[in-house]
Amino acid sequence: MSVSSQQVAVNRVFHALGDPTRRAIVEQLSAGPVSVSRLAVPLRITLAAVVQHLQVLEESGLVQTEKIGRVRTCRIEPKGLSVAEKWINDRRAFWERRFDRLGKMLEEDQK
Amino acid sequence: MTQGCVTHSTFIIERNLASSPERVFAAWSDPVQKRRWYAEGERGSVEAHHLDFRVGGSEHTTTIIGGGPFKGTALTNDSVYLDIVPNQRIVFAYTMTLGEKRISASQATVEFLADGKGTIMAFTEQSAFFEGADGAEMREQGWKSLVGQLEKFLAR
Repeated sequence: MSVSSQQVAVNRVFHALGDPTRRAIVEQLSAGPVSVSRLAVPLRITLAAVVQHLQVLEESGLVQTEKIGRVRTCRIEPKGLSVAEKWINDRRAFWERRFDRLGKMLEEDQK
Repeated sequence: MTQGCVTHSTFIIERNLASSPERVFAAWSDPVQKRRWYAEGERGSVEAHHLDFRVGGSEHTTTIIGGGPFKGTALTNDSVYLDIVPNQRIVFAYTMTLGEKRISASQATVEFLADGKGTIMAFTEQSAFFEGADGAEMREQGWKSLVGQLEKFLAR
């Protein structure tokens, strides 16, 4: 993935996760695949609203939907979530490296 | 995308260090020592590091990225110290800027707990990541892979 297309992908993921209803959908789907109509019930929103949110989530790559017979089932797409996780993980790794150097510096001083 | 978006995250790093809390605290508070582990050692060159270590004081770090797609771009860290309890706790807020673009704003808390002759250092960061900054320069510097996290997620 090029830098710019990666940026677009990150934008989409963060835009998708910036909405509390969509985060609730992702949380629910992380427990396992669910049909669109069943997804609407605990969220207390209309089916049309769920479909709209799912469209954003699908575009971001976080969620995949598949129509089997008359039922549309949604499931999480782990690759999509990794884009956001990667960024957060990078920040963590930045500090980990700093603390590696701090530990080394303190050890050298003790010698 | 026209709409702005912010992603929040919290992470904790704990380290067991062989030195006393006083010694570890000095590595954070003394500008010469702080520069050695905090600013130097990344790929790239340290353009500036100023530390005014007091509550309300600030710290400024500018590094010119040494490789990858953002080679030559300035990566800037600006911190303000919010709370300092000598040898026990440091709280600071900081922003990270890549070129002209602010990519995140965070609050970080460092706690030092005596553990025998050594120190348990606990670092907690609460961050808000802004849109349009994908952290690629960080990846370019060879940061940890996500595989572990992905595996954990898949195993849920």
